[in-house]
Parts: sequence; C-alpha cells; structure tokens
Amino acid sequence: MTIDDIFSRRRKNWNSLIKMRKNTPVPKDSVCPKCQESLSLDALKANNWVCQSCGWHLAVTAMDRIEMISDEKSFKEMYADIRSNNPIDFPDYEKKLEINRRKTGQLDAVVTGVCKIDGMRTAVAVLDARFLMGSMGTVVGEKIARLAEHAAKRKLPLIIFSASGGARMQEGLFSLMQMAKTAAAIERYKSAGGLFISYLTNPTTGGVSASYASLGDIIIAEPDALICFAGPRVIEQTIGQKLPEGFQHAEFLLEHGMLDMIVHRKDMKKTLSTILKLHGQGGVKVE
Amino acid sequence: MSEKKVLTPYERVVTARKAGRPNILEYINALFDDFIELHGDRLYKDDKSVVGGIAMFHGKPVTVIGHRKGKNTEENIQCNFGMTSPEGYRKAIRLMEQAERFGRPVITFVDTPGAYPGMEAESNGQSNAIAGSIACMSKLSVPTVTVITGEGNSGGALAIAMADSVWMLENAVYSILSPEGFASIMYKDPKMAEQACEIMKITAPELKEYGLIDGIIPEGNRCFSAIDRMLEAELLRLGKLKPKEIVNLRYQKYRKLDGLCNRK
Repeated sequence: MTIDDIFSRRRKNWNSLIKMRKNTPVPKDSVCPKCQESLSLDALKANNWVCQSCGWHLAVTAMDRIEMISDEKSFKEMYADIRSNNPIDFPDYEKKLEINRRKTGQLDAVVTGVCKIDGMRTAVAVLDARFLMGSMGTVVGEKIARLAEHAAKRKLPLIIFSASGGARMQEGLFSLMQMAKTAAAIERYKSAGGLFISYLTNPTTGGVSASYASLGDIIIAEPDALICFAGPRVIEQTIGQKLPEGFQHAEFLLEHGMLDMIVHRKDMKKTLSTILKLHGQGGVKVE
Repeated sequence: MSEKKVLTPYERVVTARKAGRPNILEYINALFDDFIELHGDRLYKDDKSVVGGIAMFHGKPVTVIGHRKGKNTEENIQCNFGMTSPEGYRKAIRLMEQAERFGRPVITFVDTPGAYPGMEAESNGQSNAIAGSIACMSKLSVPTVTVITGEGNSGGALAIAMADSVWMLENAVYSILSPEGFASIMYKDPKMAEQACEIMKITAPELKEYGLIDGIIPEGNRCFSAIDRMLEAELLRLGKLKPKEIVNLRYQKYRKLDGLCNRK
C-alpha cells in the first residue's frame, strides 16, 4: 500500500463519516421515554442526552457517543464498508437492512475505529441500538474481531460500548457463531496484554451480553441500563410471575458482583481517561 | 434396506426432542470405559443439567462433558429439562481447565432447549458463565470435538460447542434460539414455530452446506459405532497437531465463519 492509498482511504473514511453525520436524522420529538417530560433538544445535548428531570440516560447514536468521549476530530473510522450478505437468504432481510441503513447512515449496527481520549490512542467500537436493535450478525462480529486484532497489533487499549438486543435472528446460526468469534478475538487480544473495557449501555442482552461484552477486564455500565441474558418477558413467562422492580438493571448487577462500576454519562470521558492512564500509555504491555 | 423418509425441519425438531432418544448417560455408556463423574462448580452448587467427568476412549483418557435431559418427569425435574444454569457452565469450565492441565482431549455432547431463563440464573450471572465457557473453549490447546445429539439452542448450546470439530446427528437441530422463541420474537406468536423452522436453517444438511458444522452422523442402529469411528479419526487427526497449532486452527476456523461478508 502506498502513502497515497493510505491518504485516499483516510479521505474516503472521513467523507463517509461526514456523509453519515448528515444522514443521521434529528429526533423529531424530545420526550423522555422514562418520565415523559418534554425536553429541549439543545438542553438535552448540552446535558449529554441525560434527562434533566429524572436522570434517565437516553439512547445516543454511535457518532454522538464517539464525540462525547474522544478528543476533537481524533476519530478515524475503520471497516465502515463491510456489509451483510444475507447469509441464510432470510426473506425480506435485505429490504430491512436498507431501511435501517437509510435511518442511521451506517451499513450495520456498529461503528468501529481509533480515537484519542485525552491524548491516548484507543480502539473503540460503539453499537447503535437504532440499527435492528443493535443486534450482532456477521458484520458486527467481523468488525469487532478485526478491531480487536488491530488493537493487539498496534498495542492499543480497546473500549466497546454495547447496546444490543442480542444475536441477529435474520442471520441464523451465523449470528450464534459471532459469539464464538468475538469471544475468541477478545481473549486473544487480552492474552497479548491488551486492556479491554466493556461499557454496557441500555440494553445489553442475549448473545452480546453472553459473549465479548462479559469478558471485559473492566466492566462499566450506565445507570439503570437493562443488562441480562434472558429478557424480562421471557423470564416472566417461565416463572409465571412479575419480576421485582430493578431486576436485571445495572444497580442490581453491581450488587451481584457482575460489574465494576456504574458511571453517570457526565463522568464517562473522565473515568475512561483515568483508567487508561492507570494502565500506562495505551494499556498494552510493551515487549 | 428401505429408503429413509427425509424429514421436514419441524419434524426434525420433534424428533430431536423425543424422550426415547438416547441421553448423555447412554452415549457415555456406549462409547467410553471407566467413566468417573465429577460434580460441582466449587462456587455454589452442582447443576445436574450438565454431566461431566473423565473416561477412557480407546485406551486414552478424555474429558467428557454434556447436557443432560431426563428419561422421565422425575429425572427431568432433577436436571431441569437440560436447561443449564451458570453453575453448570462453571462446572464445564472447571473440567475443561483440568483437561488442559492433564493434556486430555475434551469431547462434548450438546442437547439443550437453551440456557435456563430463570431469576436465580440471571442473578448468578448467566451471561458471565456462558461467555466464560466460550472463552475457555477458545483457548484450550487440547483437541476438542462436539457432537450435537438432540437440540442445540442458543448460547446455552454454544457454551460447550466451540470445538475444533463439530458434528451433528442426522436429525439433530442447531439454532440461534428455539423455534418457539424465534417465532415469538419475529412473529409475536410462539405457535408459529413450524413456519419459523422453514426459514431458520437449523438442520444438519443445511448447516453442513454452509460450512457451519464439520459432518453428519447417520442415525439408526449403527449410530453409536459411527460416533465411535468419527471420534477416533478426529482425535487421531487433531492429536498430531502441536498445542499451539490447535489453538490457532480453532481461532481461524471461527474467525472465518463470516457468512462471506462482502467488501464493497
């Protein structure tokens, strides 16, 4: 690869990023899904998309999340052009993908790349719950595996923000295999000395929760996020009764020893930055 | 010999769930000698939906792990109908780590409706246990072979199925979720499971064609001996590899299951 290739690729990525941002529709209404309070969009944005009234952490787009944690203009997107091939010929799946692509300006449910956090280079992936519930199919699995391999090679720390309903039904057993693939890639990265911070946001469930997302050296969650393997509805059907308040929410998981901490969004960048600093530049052993 | 009727996907699901099908104890009995069962996760309890232990296979020690379904209601209550809790996966992890230390191949038998969706299972870290078991299997440097004997549903199956070589019995099914669960998500109606089976691609021939499994074992009265021959051949093949090669080949195997992601 020549220098020109590298730059033209970078330019392409940057252009695709700008295009993506332009395509992302601005939410029409601004009502807190939790307390139904109507909120001004500007105030919400200034408050990191946290409801001023009840403190609910609203869903954010992948690009908004990256903007919140990374130093200005430091994010370089990678693997943005991987797209699903409808591996099991699932009826109407391609149509569904197209609708979600237009809605989000992304080819699939995860954005991956490298950014700087307070000057420290970090590999980062953010799942976007707007895209088919952030479900993990072949593209999400492939991008996460590639990013973990890239982070191992470049000795970068790795942060993955999960927001996902689990494995993607429309790709059948291929989706289940992405659990194996991502878990294996993360383990390999960790064995090479890499620091993996798994950041769980609402919701992180099913096949994502039961694979790479639970393998963090440090696991952080956002307040009140739903984090589970089997969803509340499935459990209620199994046991035939209603679940207690707060069951499977972040605070419950912290109490049961499944998380290291719950971090308010206003402290997100500072917390990540401190953890990276405590692991030395990059957080990967230098041989 | 009369020609076998080819079953529809849903008929295979029904067949795979039949109580009359052999369970893990019968496979162990037929295929291994000197089986010693080991119990417990050393943390909380012994989950009877997972059987594990050490046995001889053709004169060599191996670790055997599998889901257990009961032959009757009483047994099924004991082993929770083959639905595993975190303690079961943690027992599996403990036994796989032992196998690694003593250089024993790991052979797993999969037959589960899925991981148990209960309150206690969630409180005790079902996600953590399944993820841990997959991660553990991905790092083993001993040969690993999985046989899916009945139904292999969801992460609950994959937790002990991330092997070097994965085989299915002719009428077994392997899927992302039970057809009922799939139908309730996709059609909001679990009763549409039969239609769901048609599009889910869960049968052995379909999965073999996609390269998601390595082979199919015919059922009938020669089934046990076919499994025996397969295991012997696979352990011989994998046994020739260096530990590091085994780990690398397994990594590449799962790394490549990308459904032919196209780069634009």
